[in-house]
Amino acid sequence: MSTQKSQRQWGDYLQAALPKIVVAPTFITTLIFIYGFILWNAWLSFTKSRLLPKYDWAGLIQYERLFANERWWVAAQNLLIFGSLFIGICLLIGILLAILLDQRIRAEGALRTIYLYPMALSFIVTGTAWKWILNPGLGLERLMHEWGFEQFTFNWLVDSEMAIYTVVIAGVWQSSGFVMALFLAGLRGIDDSIIKAAQVDGAGLPRIYRSIIIPSLRPVFFSAIIILSHIAIKSFDLVMALTGGGPGYATDLPATFMYSFAFTRGQLGMGAASAMMMLGAVAAIVVPYLYSELRSTRRG
Amino acid sequence: MVNQGQSSIFSRLAVYGALSLAALYFLTPLFVMLLTSLKTLEDIRSGSLVSWPEEITFEAWQMAWTSACIGVDCGGLKGYFWNSISMVVPAVVISTMIGAINGYVLTQWRFRGSDVFFALLLIGCFIPFQVVLLPMARTLGFLGLAGSIPGLILVHTVYGLAFTTLFFRNFYIAVPDELVKAARIDGAGFFTIFWRILLPISGPIIVVSVIWQFTQIWNDFLFGVVYSAGDKQPITVALNNLVNTSTGIKRYNVDMAAAIIAALPTLFVYFVAGKYFVRGLTAGSVKG
Repeated sequence: MSTQKSQRQWGDYLQAALPKIVVAPTFITTLIFIYGFILWNAWLSFTKSRLLPKYDWAGLIQYERLFANERWWVAAQNLLIFGSLFIGICLLIGILLAILLDQRIRAEGALRTIYLYPMALSFIVTGTAWKWILNPGLGLERLMHEWGFEQFTFNWLVDSEMAIYTVVIAGVWQSSGFVMALFLAGLRGIDDSIIKAAQVDGAGLPRIYRSIIIPSLRPVFFSAIIILSHIAIKSFDLVMALTGGGPGYATDLPATFMYSFAFTRGQLGMGAASAMMMLGAVAAIVVPYLYSELRSTRRG
Repeated sequence: MVNQGQSSIFSRLAVYGALSLAALYFLTPLFVMLLTSLKTLEDIRSGSLVSWPEEITFEAWQMAWTSACIGVDCGGLKGYFWNSISMVVPAVVISTMIGAINGYVLTQWRFRGSDVFFALLLIGCFIPFQVVLLPMARTLGFLGLAGSIPGLILVHTVYGLAFTTLFFRNFYIAVPDELVKAARIDGAGFFTIFWRILLPISGPIIVVSVIWQFTQIWNDFLFGVVYSAGDKQPITVALNNLVNTSTGIKRYNVDMAAAIIAALPTLFVYFVAGKYFVRGLTAGSVKG
């Protein structure tokens, strides 16, 4: 009798604990593989690790070396150039396409599919394609010559001053359709009656877009910028496929810098330090965003 | 009136013109890739990006698949394609299953701390993976999984969980509480409710999660290049090696054929189930 009762108690206890048991593996993996690893990486960044990890505290030596490294500053500057152009142009093309597509277009579905398909491709594929198109000898340059523009030269891919802009070209091609999708969803969410009222008041379409529709898309701008800057900071594969970081290290981004110092040049500590810098950059952008998202979730 | 009609026809034309131009911009690279992959090398050297092939040949495709040199191994992409498949399938299935049950707990069986758990997990969507690369490399070595496909499956599963959980959590949160409460009163247990009530309505979100994970993992390069070696590399890494090998003649037609082969699975998924793909993109980025 009493064993039966305690068995039932155990069963109830198990039932009650079941949800926690089920999420426990994910919880533990998250703690170890995300937060534990971040701490581990942080620790590595405070050591003298080179080819092999060492765990003796060495203070900020790796950060000092990082900040004294010219290549790191090239990477940081490139991120700034690439990031701002990538975000700006993607937003511009994305908004424009979304507005045009929102004019009761006949083949909207097909056009949307075309604009968005690059998003399904790997950055390696995109990089490979654009590397060929922008090929200084046989690519765009040859095509323009054939079309009669004999003076046309296009050698950005091998020009260390201009190569970073080829990364922008390919990146924009891949991601602007996605921004279009975000804004189109936003446009569809706007109440038609506001627009009708403005039209009745005699406002023209450009005016309506400028002073009513675009301001009301502020949250979409917010998400799009967050996502695009996140893509920019993490950009790695596109550069690897398109320029390999070259010529020299002219198109290095923090992500390619980290990879090459941590995994090919045997500078674990410095690689770890540069990864911490990337984490810091992402956190500066994402934490305010997540904070507002989570707050609105709780309210909702 | 007439004037207005004319100007509206004109502006319609302008809108369609701009949209077609944009379509051309997005399609041209794919078209150029396809065209180049069907040409011979001489044809490429004498023609231009958009010139029609003198004769259409599938030699480059054949070579990319079976005999192109990737590093020292000249067996084409074939093996790497299968590497990617054997990495993607388990990783997608496992991460989607765990994500589904996590989402179920986080919405229907909330406990003290479950919100904190979700927030901790959500942040995991955003970290730049560079920050876990080194510790993970040590861990995989310690587990004896370095340079192997099971190692990649583990990595992709672990770092995919945040997204799959997010998908299912945002989907199940719309399920009315009464449904699950009534089932609980009827004595249905944890797993019964999941199997009988939640799972049968989960079709769309399972598709979203599978497509998202499939695309992400298939297209991944970072984990692939860091955690795999030799003939165990996924296709994106092999493609990059193939294209950026500096020895021998540059076979642009083979490069393009290889790039299309690497892109085909995700392109196929996109054209078949684009609607779900877009849902994944927006759910993964903007709160659903």
